[in-house]
Amino acid sequence: MNIDFKHIQSAHCENGVTTNLLRFHGYDFITEPLAFGLGSGLFYIHIPFISISNGPAVSFRTMPGAIFKRTCKSLGIPVEHKKFSDAAKAKQYLDNQIEIGNPVGCQVGVFNLTYFPVEYRFHFNAHNLIVYGKDGDSYSISDPVMETVTSLTEEELQRVRFAKGAFAPKGHVYYPVNIPKPNIELLRKGIVKGIKRNTRDMLYVPGGIAGVKGIKFTANQIRKWPTKLGDRRAALYMGQIIRMQEEIGTGGGGFRFIYAAFLEQAAQHLQMDKLMHSSDDFTRAGDLWRAAAVEMAGVYKNRLVGQEAYDKIADMLVEISETEKMAFTKLSKIKF
Amino acid sequence: MKKSEVPQDKSSLANVTREVCYAKEDEGCYNTALSTGWSIKAEALENAWTEIDRLTEEARKEVVAGTKSPVYYFMQRKLMDIALLAAYTGFWKITVRRHFKPSVFEKLSEKKLAIYADVFEISVQELKNFRG
Repeated sequence: MNIDFKHIQSAHCENGVTTNLLRFHGYDFITEPLAFGLGSGLFYIHIPFISISNGPAVSFRTMPGAIFKRTCKSLGIPVEHKKFSDAAKAKQYLDNQIEIGNPVGCQVGVFNLTYFPVEYRFHFNAHNLIVYGKDGDSYSISDPVMETVTSLTEEELQRVRFAKGAFAPKGHVYYPVNIPKPNIELLRKGIVKGIKRNTRDMLYVPGGIAGVKGIKFTANQIRKWPTKLGDRRAALYMGQIIRMQEEIGTGGGGFRFIYAAFLEQAAQHLQMDKLMHSSDDFTRAGDLWRAAAVEMAGVYKNRLVGQEAYDKIADMLVEISETEKMAFTKLSKIKF
Repeated sequence: MKKSEVPQDKSSLANVTREVCYAKEDEGCYNTALSTGWSIKAEALENAWTEIDRLTEEARKEVVAGTKSPVYYFMQRKLMDIALLAAYTGFWKITVRRHFKPSVFEKLSEKKLAIYADVFEISVQELKNFRG
């Protein structure tokens, strides 16, 4: 059975699943930037004692699952989550949901996603997609980062739903339930709440590895890389930061620009021009991140080597940290 | 980022998809735009694969030299580490590490070989007879 489902492509998977599921249930006002902002999606963290594919573990967004959960909560929509130890039961559950016409969000591993080019497949388990139909052995898939809908066979979907390792999905499915009528007043409240929570997370999270302080932490690490790691590994680490920052499925889509777009939409919904100025601040932050990526690319292409190159990149990250700190401080002073 | 700055470089996503970017229209509001890729990203990805290929090639040489078993080689080829291979096979990490020893690997039961072969998506024969 195939559900009449409208696929809208998005820059980031979890934003996309949230937007698409809510729009399916009649929340026409939801856009990707709104989902990201209501979910307080913008973040930064550098976890020094973990490494991913032998490189630094940094994230430019909040933890997986939080965007969907918070966005639904602020709109007063209850959500259902299920994880499974038994793959057969997980499949049965999913089939039942599709049978009753309910598209569901699925957490999956990227490594065996057959419609992705091989070069993009890494062991990353917090990718999200929507299953909205089934025809014989073939599931209809709406993967938000893809331009069009795709499909996976039963076996392929089982493989990615039961990928192993960090963030193992364990067949995780989620969807909104008992959906109330869309309420624009709740949206306005949710925008304010989302901004406040995001401000708190970026400015006041304790410790030195997260929020705006986390960006400085990375800057300081980068300065040490050439002597600590040697040229080759330091260059690999640089590449990893760019991939986390920009790559499909993991970092993705210039979160700073999405946040700037969110503030623009927030300005309209709340009729507050001040938010437009804040939007510009985040555009600037996004542009700085891109400029830093260009500089980092110089390192791993061996055009730039030596301590100076690393210092320059570190200085750029310090500037980004200051920019985002200023941007969030301004936001925190707005009286809603 | 302005809409006119959205990169349209070559990437391996060609013929698969384009990516959504948020960028500003000239008159000042954000909108979405589609990008075929960004050379900066594409090179970072390429670099990561060069490293993976290097590690895989090193693993292959170790199998040829008789210091590591095929399990080690295929683990690298599948971009796994010991923890991940342990999670996929259900073996303890220490057990997986033992299976890297050619002498231990030679004595593995068909059942255990089948578990590895399934994870590596190859046949038991391929796994058993891999000599580098």
